Amino acid sequence: MTVPALDLGDVGFDRGAHLLLRRELALLPVGGRLAVAGTDEALVVHLAAWCRREGHELLPGDERDGRVRAWVVRGRAGQDRWAGAERAGGSSPAGLIARPPAHWGLAARGALVESGGPAVPYDFDRKETVWSELAPKLYLQAVARQWDPVAAVAWDTPFELPAEIEAAVVQVMTYLVENEQAALVIPARLLARVHPHFREVTQLLAVQAADEARHVEVFTRRATLKGDELGTSSVGGRASLMSLLAEPDFSLASFLLSVLGEGSFLNLLSFLDRYAPDPVTRRIVTLAHQDEARHVAFGIAHLEEQARADPAFRGTLRGAIERRHDALADTAGINADVLDALTVLAAGEWSPAAIARGHAAVQVLQAEMLDGRRNRLVRLGFPADEAADLAALHTRNFM
Amino acid sequence: MTLLMGAVAYDAKVVPIWTGFRSWLLRNGLPFDFVLYSHYERQVEDLVAGRVHAAWNSPLAWVRARRLAAAAGRSVRPLVMRDTDRDLRSVVVVRADSGIASLDDLKGQVVGTGAVDSPQATLLPLHHLRVAGANFEVRRFEVGVGLHGDHIGGERDAARALLAGEVAAACMVDANHLLFSREGTLSPGATRILTGTAAYDHCNMTVVDSAPEELVRLFGELLTGMSYADPEVRPLLDLEGLTAWVEGRTSGYGELEAAVDAGGFYDEAGRITADGYRP
Repeated sequence: MTVPALDLGDVGFDRGAHLLLRRELALLPVGGRLAVAGTDEALVVHLAAWCRREGHELLPGDERDGRVRAWVVRGRAGQDRWAGAERAGGSSPAGLIARPPAHWGLAARGALVESGGPAVPYDFDRKETVWSELAPKLYLQAVARQWDPVAAVAWDTPFELPAEIEAAVVQVMTYLVENEQAALVIPARLLARVHPHFREVTQLLAVQAADEARHVEVFTRRATLKGDELGTSSVGGRASLMSLLAEPDFSLASFLLSVLGEGSFLNLLSFLDRYAPDPVTRRIVTLAHQDEARHVAFGIAHLEEQARADPAFRGTLRGAIERRHDALADTAGINADVLDALTVLAAGEWSPAAIARGHAAVQVLQAEMLDGRRNRLVRLGFPADEAADLAALHTRNFM
Repeated sequence: MTLLMGAVAYDAKVVPIWTGFRSWLLRNGLPFDFVLYSHYERQVEDLVAGRVHAAWNSPLAWVRARRLAAAAGRSVRPLVMRDTDRDLRSVVVVRADSGIASLDDLKGQVVGTGAVDSPQATLLPLHHLRVAGANFEVRRFEVGVGLHGDHIGGERDAARALLAGEVAAACMVDANHLLFSREGTLSPGATRILTGTAAYDHCNMTVVDSAPEELVRLFGELLTGMSYADPEVRPLLDLEGLTAWVEGRTSGYGELEAAVDAGGFYDEAGRITADGYRP
């Protein structure tokens, strides 16, 4: 039988000898011996220090065969380190574990995880709480549909609007920025609390936050396209948004923000698309609409799966709507300047007949928002009458 | 009664290491606590005086503990040591192009060492050179005096001074020569090992004969029973730089005893006699 041997040539530990040694030793059982040859002058000194640290034994070289500088006897430390290691599920979504342990922490899904280590307390570590089968697909879609605010919008398209129409656009943009800032912070906060095992969910939330960052950018840019001054921000609007940020539960935050809030925003963005007085405004609300539709889709898919698995879950959703409604009972709701601005945009001019048309259009918008919320609640399994009641409890601030 | 151990806080990591070991030892039935010292000299004085039962000692602290104990009519013994404390060597390194081929060539040259109290980077290699008849000047790189060479800074400074041409040779332990070679402090091919010491032992867990026998026995048993396969202690073993605790032995300290005598670091009774050594 040939004795295992490794000839390092002139390669020493300053040039990677440890890799060659590790590879050969891995082929031996604990206690197996490896003859080491090599011409690096520091080889034996380094081999001794390396073996000590790695838990191998070093024996002097062969006097009969001068080429063997030393023998390494494989120790058990390497084997012991990985003795209790386990696979962190599988890399594809099919390999998801329902309840990944906290000590897997940031390990890649599917990695071989050394036992021990710090237990990272992720709040959302149950598959049934955070996962949606649609998440991997939606993430890929979201990445493919990212757009560059500079390239996607023809900012230099020439147009001039009457001052009061422009002011209405600025007011609406000011309101949108405020709402999108809430929509940015909420997924960003949630994603840091999701166990990284549910990778596609954190990825999707990250892209969602990035979407909102772009929306904040384009709405700000449109608001300041013709002047420096932004519109107003009301106490009621901000109070409504703060109540969204206060929801600590993953599913309920997703429900209030994506299903009800962003769902209503889909109607608002469609309205702005219809009544946009200039091509830049029309373009940016179209782009934002695509993104928001994806956010709503994830929220609905995720909650539908939960509601199917747990019929009592609808009671929890109802509670969340009622709590938020009660919390906002004493606030004014939407900024009156925003409603006025929407009316002016739909009117397009200041004649009494036009304003009456605009007013009616905003009423239609609010009715569409209510219908949309009711339909989405029905999709989540609420009976039609209950869905209608709950849809009406939603904040007057739209988001 | 609680077994009380001293350790020197040479680095912030000493706190998590011994806090972790303490929890583990307590859970495994040993009433155990530790105190931290800022240097080894007070630690061994307290050990021999019975203020602590055990001391996680450097080799030089072991030498002094043994001498102090003998002078006081007591005795100390190394209970356990790390597997990595056995059979270290120190090396004396020169620049590859220096023309220094033998110890005779060191005549009139400057040898860089670690701190005055570093066994591995000062006392042992200098003793080795002197016994071999070499004649040279010494420049010490005093980092972490009182820590008995636990701080790597002096050795690294000596290595840098060697490459900068400020000293003709530099002393370091084999593991640091490996580290400096791999991290590039010593670039490949730039230096050569001129000579090396015989193998010696490094730290040990010294216990004094006045310590409670049963607790000492249990302490030794628990430490040597720690398994690298145990995910709870493995990170602590990694931090402390071992894969297993092994039985203590006294056979690896002869050269250091001789170096201490020859250089007059401590006297036979363990009193500090080294010139200018103020930990």
